[in-house]
Amino acid sequence: MKSKYVIIGAVVLAIILVTSVAAYTFLSTPSEPIVRINGAGATFPYPLLDEIMTVYSNEVKPNVQVNYQSIGSGGGISALNTKTVDFGASDAPLTAAEASNITNALHIPETIGAVTITYNIPGVSTGLKLTGQVIADIFQGTITKWNDNAIQSLNPDITLPDQTITVVHRSDGSGTTFVFTSYLKQSSTAWSAAIGAGKSVSWPTGVASIGNTGVAQTVSTTSYSIGYVELAYTIENNMPVAAVQNPSGSFVMPTLASTTAAAQSGAAGLPAGDASWTGVNLLNTAASDAYPIVTFSYIIVYKELSNIPDMTQEKATALVQFLWYIVHDGQELAPELEYAPLPSNVVQLNEATIASIIFNGQTLPTN
Amino acid sequence: MTNQKNPKFFTKKVASLGDFLFKNLAAVMAASALALLLIIGYELASGSGSVIRTFGADFFVGTQWVPNEGREIYGALPYLLGTIASSGLALLFGVPLSIGIAVFLVEMSPRALRVPISYLVELLAAVPSVIYGLWGLFVFRFILVDYIEKPLNTYFGWIPIFGGPTPIGLDLFTASVVLAIMIIPTVASVTKEVVAAVPNSIREGAYSIGATKWEVIRHWVLSYGRSGIFGAVILGLGRAVGETMAVAMLIGNAQGAAAIPTSLFAPSQTMASLIANGFLEAAPGSLQISAYIGVGLILLIMSLSINLGARVMVTKVLKVKGGAVE
Repeated sequence: MKSKYVIIGAVVLAIILVTSVAAYTFLSTPSEPIVRINGAGATFPYPLLDEIMTVYSNEVKPNVQVNYQSIGSGGGISALNTKTVDFGASDAPLTAAEASNITNALHIPETIGAVTITYNIPGVSTGLKLTGQVIADIFQGTITKWNDNAIQSLNPDITLPDQTITVVHRSDGSGTTFVFTSYLKQSSTAWSAAIGAGKSVSWPTGVASIGNTGVAQTVSTTSYSIGYVELAYTIENNMPVAAVQNPSGSFVMPTLASTTAAAQSGAAGLPAGDASWTGVNLLNTAASDAYPIVTFSYIIVYKELSNIPDMTQEKATALVQFLWYIVHDGQELAPELEYAPLPSNVVQLNEATIASIIFNGQTLPTN
Repeated sequence: MTNQKNPKFFTKKVASLGDFLFKNLAAVMAASALALLLIIGYELASGSGSVIRTFGADFFVGTQWVPNEGREIYGALPYLLGTIASSGLALLFGVPLSIGIAVFLVEMSPRALRVPISYLVELLAAVPSVIYGLWGLFVFRFILVDYIEKPLNTYFGWIPIFGGPTPIGLDLFTASVVLAIMIIPTVASVTKEVVAAVPNSIREGAYSIGATKWEVIRHWVLSYGRSGIFGAVILGLGRAVGETMAVAMLIGNAQGAAAIPTSLFAPSQTMASLIANGFLEAAPGSLQISAYIGVGLILLIMSLSINLGARVMVTKVLKVKGGAVE
């Protein structure tokens, strides 16, 4: 008898389930078919892209759904290479080797990041100044004490303690590490000779933590430590950051304004969107108000979208319009999320790049 | 109901068909476990081909790990040593505790406590490893640093394993202690079953010749169950060797020669944490990916040897006379 009730119950439940699913599908079907765009890549721009995607689907194009998986820059490039996504995102431009696999790729800088030097010196909550050479020496282990003459002479107003510096770096491969080590490579011949630059390098000293959050947490809980963290994290967590000397000699604090200034200043030398971007960076730009450790984060797409197997005319148009939205209206969402908005000259460069995207040889409308 | 005329034939046919299906299905499932292992082994071996061709034996005994393009060198020895050290220490800290828990629960605990305590111990196994990592990172490491690491480092720093600069808690010791906590539920609950399975006649016999409770447990119960307890320890070791997230969050993730474990209070790195840290951002098809896959191959070989060694140990070495164990 019991089983009878179970069967009746199951049937009733199944009917309810089927009808509700059907009702939901019918009621929520929009007038236009839904276009789904898939992207994957860097974790750094994910909060910004997520916000832009949400606003875009809610307010601009309800029939366009963008799905972005923040699996890391390497993963994004690899997914673009195997053509399993419609766009990739990477904190570093394609290397020569990657560019030879992904032919005719377009680089679209969609936001700007800055790498801050954060520290934890009890008694010194603000005002530390550093140069690229000194930062390199600290991370290489040649400067080991906070009161080393090289640091003390840059900071005559601060009494630095006679304590060993604990260096904290990233344990995972990361675009942040790539930018930071590229900066150290430019700043110090000793660093350039012994270590070089990369998404992960052979750190000669220190402890390593996972992700920006991990480094930020380790620095903030470890006295006399120093680490490098993406700007948004230090702003959100109110962490002390060092002013870093730029090529014009001024010590600049990392802020959204000094980050945008670096992009504005560096944009003059940028290649066209379909040229090779290997080696492009925004380090040590010339402007006197520019922070020296700055980088673009890129969206990378195929110039000829029909390279992607399941691409259609509708999808290609939706992608182009979405990219256009990111570099225009989308930038207004950036400051609230502690991202530096693109300067106007970079937006202009992107306009030309996005307008050059084609599907089966035909250009696509940008709005 | 339709086959009422010949029910015997009907049941026999169905039973033999069922047997046939079940037998073959079970065989396929058993074979799939083996096939899976072979596929994994093949993938790891072929994926690590390019790094092993490039560096030869140096990949296994080298101590440098330089991942940046243009100057790549990969040597996996420090992480092999780091894995052995961290899981060995985890056993050292975790196994006595686990056996204590098991013996208490079976032999001494009041009935009212037995169920809640074993439930709590098993609950430890349900905590995801990333939670252990976070707890270690935000809470536990400061306790270890203030009450164990700093005093030992200050007063016994002249002993190499306590030496090095002032500890900050992201090191071999913290990772091993958290690993020990993570293997307790596995080791304790299996040991509990083993101890409970010791026949009461053994205990009664021991008491009857005048043994104390301690002597009964030490000489009869634990001795009788030692191959089972050894099996429990191997299960724990398996978990400790393969643990990724919690270790990566706590061990300090040193690279290259710096990762060779020399002091308890210095950062190190295990094979699993190295792969977890670097694999995601390594360029597809690169030598670096191949190096991580190569480390995975070493990890697989190590796990297999542990299990084979354990099997040999249980059957050859621990065999108790009189069939007490088998």
